[in-house]
Amino acid sequence: MGQLLAVVIDGLIYSSWLFIIAVGLTLIYGVMKILNIAHGSLYALGAYSAASLAGYWLDQGYAPLGSYAAMVAAAVLVGLVAGPVIERGLLRFMYGKDEIVLVLVTYAVFLILEDMIKLVWGVDPLFLAQPYGMLGSFTVGNLTYPVYNLVLFGAAVGVGLLLTWVLTRTRKGKMLVAVIHDREMASAVGINVGMVYFVTFTVGAMLGAFGGALTAPMISVQPGIGAETIVLAFAVVVIGGLGSLPGAALAAVLVGLVRAAAVHYQPELDLFAIYFVMAAVLIMRPKGLFSLQEARKI
Amino acid sequence: MKPDRSLTALVAVLAVILAATPFLPGWAMFLLRVSLCYGTVVLGMMLLMRTGVVSFGHGLYYCLGAYAAGLLDVHFKVADMAVMLVAAVAVTLATSAVLGLLLRKYRDIFFAMLSLAFSMILYGLLVKTSALGSSDGFNVSAKTLFGVTVAGTEYGRHATFIVTVVVAFLCALGMRAYLRSHTGRLAEAIRDNELRVEYMGASVRNVIHVNYMISAALAGLGGALAAVGIGHIDPEMAYWTTSGEFVFIGILAGTGSVLAPFLGALIFETIRSFAYEYSPNTWQMALGITMLLVIMFLPGGLWSLFGKLRRKAA
Amino acid sequence: MAIVLEARGLNKTFGAVTAAADINVAVEKDSVVGLIGSNGAGKTTFINMVTGYLKPTSGTIVFDGRDITALSPRLVTRMGICRSFQIPQLFGSLTVYDNLMAGVGIIYSGGARWAHASHLEGTPAQAVETMLERFGLAAYRDKPANVLPEGVRKLLDIAMAMAVKPKILLLDEPTSGVSADEKFGLMDMVMDAVRAQGVTVLFVEHDMEIVNRYTHRILAFYEGRIIADGEPAQVLSDPEVRRYVTGEPHAAH
Repeated sequence: MGQLLAVVIDGLIYSSWLFIIAVGLTLIYGVMKILNIAHGSLYALGAYSAASLAGYWLDQGYAPLGSYAAMVAAAVLVGLVAGPVIERGLLRFMYGKDEIVLVLVTYAVFLILEDMIKLVWGVDPLFLAQPYGMLGSFTVGNLTYPVYNLVLFGAAVGVGLLLTWVLTRTRKGKMLVAVIHDREMASAVGINVGMVYFVTFTVGAMLGAFGGALTAPMISVQPGIGAETIVLAFAVVVIGGLGSLPGAALAAVLVGLVRAAAVHYQPELDLFAIYFVMAAVLIMRPKGLFSLQEARKI
Repeated sequence: MKPDRSLTALVAVLAVILAATPFLPGWAMFLLRVSLCYGTVVLGMMLLMRTGVVSFGHGLYYCLGAYAAGLLDVHFKVADMAVMLVAAVAVTLATSAVLGLLLRKYRDIFFAMLSLAFSMILYGLLVKTSALGSSDGFNVSAKTLFGVTVAGTEYGRHATFIVTVVVAFLCALGMRAYLRSHTGRLAEAIRDNELRVEYMGASVRNVIHVNYMISAALAGLGGALAAVGIGHIDPEMAYWTTSGEFVFIGILAGTGSVLAPFLGALIFETIRSFAYEYSPNTWQMALGITMLLVIMFLPGGLWSLFGKLRRKAA
Repeated sequence: MAIVLEARGLNKTFGAVTAAADINVAVEKDSVVGLIGSNGAGKTTFINMVTGYLKPTSGTIVFDGRDITALSPRLVTRMGICRSFQIPQLFGSLTVYDNLMAGVGIIYSGGARWAHASHLEGTPAQAVETMLERFGLAAYRDKPANVLPEGVRKLLDIAMAMAVKPKILLLDEPTSGVSADEKFGLMDMVMDAVRAQGVTVLFVEHDMEIVNRYTHRILAFYEGRIIADGEPAQVLSDPEVRRYVTGEPHAAH
């Protein structure tokens, strides 16, 4: 029983993390039909910026709780700068090209950003351990967890709810959904698709950076974290159905639980858990768990 | 029909390289060798691209081929280069025959992601297996060639190099012939309009599966040649960024000729070695910028540049 | 005359929409049949079912004595039924020559599985040359398909359908999108090629002049049903056809 509980809790914590890193990616795909590989480096940028900003904050001796605000601020900053630069400065000249060409463009951006990170922060790892341990820990039965994991969980739920509310209850959000379903029609009814793209990409970038910022206290921030993370984000997005928010959530939960089970019962398999789930889901539902319908061609 | 000069070009390149072999400095031979290995892999990528499919997971077969060679040397003590090459092809053909059953149903992003997933599974497997050296990998060397000892001799390095050149040449030749055959021509037809191909009686999935297997075998060959040539293999060969490099070279080269992948690989390797030597923290950036420039100004790849120059001259 | 294709009790519904209702048709060998009806009447649905793109909700399709209802487009093509499309389905980046060679190549390398084409004559290259001649495409042979004018695209689409030597040819609106002065030229060319190869033809058309001139028999569709079936003169003067298809509801009392 204790082990099962551990699997569920570990699973949900990992699911939270997966959801946060994947949600920006699926949002951008849904609206712009671009699988943004650069999402991985935005994640990394978020982690590095958070480590720097929060690290500086703590070094200066300011209120420790403020470091969380610093982390979030870092993520927002990265999103607000990198998002527009990439979208306005490069991507918008590429719209209309093949989907796979756009993927390669984002791959090129990924490569460029990876090196930019190295140039700015060097190759040695950064650490931001304090925010992780600062909140203490809590126990469930005879299992102990850092309270930070609750923060992670709360952030995932919060982001999910916020995005859902925005997309279904606000006018701007509904415009986004219109573009997701049919870009041409949305444009024909007067929606400024260019503006929608701009906002979506920027928000997606912020979410990617946010994922990195939240993760920074849990890992050693070093080159390569972007590459590691983007493959996991891909898997979650593909399993859930490209462009589907509820899909990403469900996929995150599924993968999280399967991986936690693997870690506890068959540890050598934990790296494969996510790919097993992907293959299994795609075999049964070729377009992922939730996907949009396609019209007849001839 | 346009006159086809690619055969003469292929033979000419082969002749030049073979003639130059005794005079090549070590670094040049190494550069050429790696380019030929990569070029062989990208030859397969080109076939897939012509079929309208992009694999983001060919590192799987590159790595399988390399480890097949490696295991023959280290585990089975059969360090014969010829046997290694055959084993690499056998293993990759078998694997792609099975994986292709699933992959042939997908296109675009899904094909790319699934292929990526399979390569990452291999990566994870290798990293966790200490008997195979985990993330460090292990050293490989070919000690014999068709039974004749080559290890430890100066002429040995040349011999394995010549084998690499000849194998690459034969692959290019074979691919050229295949692309001119009826099934080979279907590749581009499928890329342009799958529905029409089905409505003309051919099975799109079968062709994709076959082409996938051919490209897998080529990647395996490239991997085995790399194992022998570089002397070291590790799980990084299956990591998605390695597959990304193959895609990059494929885009750089374009699908215009069987020589294009090798040219693209040579340029890639040259940039990589020099950029890495002088500024290891910017070579990826250089790659990324080059890719953007090619996508924006030369969508047909570098090979289309030749086409444009020829048209200007005509 | 022998019956080469027969549809028995074909029905097709998409949820609440009835695209085909109780279609019964027997097509004679070497005949030329016109399918007319307003948009959404069920003509293309019929073609899609015969060629295996859509599975009928119920009913059977029999070709040369064989039940082909459940076969895929690929298998139906191999048995000898080919089609052209409303929007020409071409290989855009390939030249006209290569477009035709793709099809010819398939049938020449298919061998015994193409039972009906067991007596292939000449080389693939010769077969392509013949098609280029028959369809007036020789002048465009080296042009990529996606730069061709619409009429030529249509011709190529039909030529490609013929390239795999069908017994039955289904043409979906062969002259739509083609200018008025080119229509007859196009149909003349197609029908000459058809006669040279000995093929049964069914084509969907909205242009009544074309239908009147080239067909021996007309099937009129309305809301998924066949409301008239017979010789052109008879069908075109049928009051129901006039009302629902050709649109002369109050003409000539």
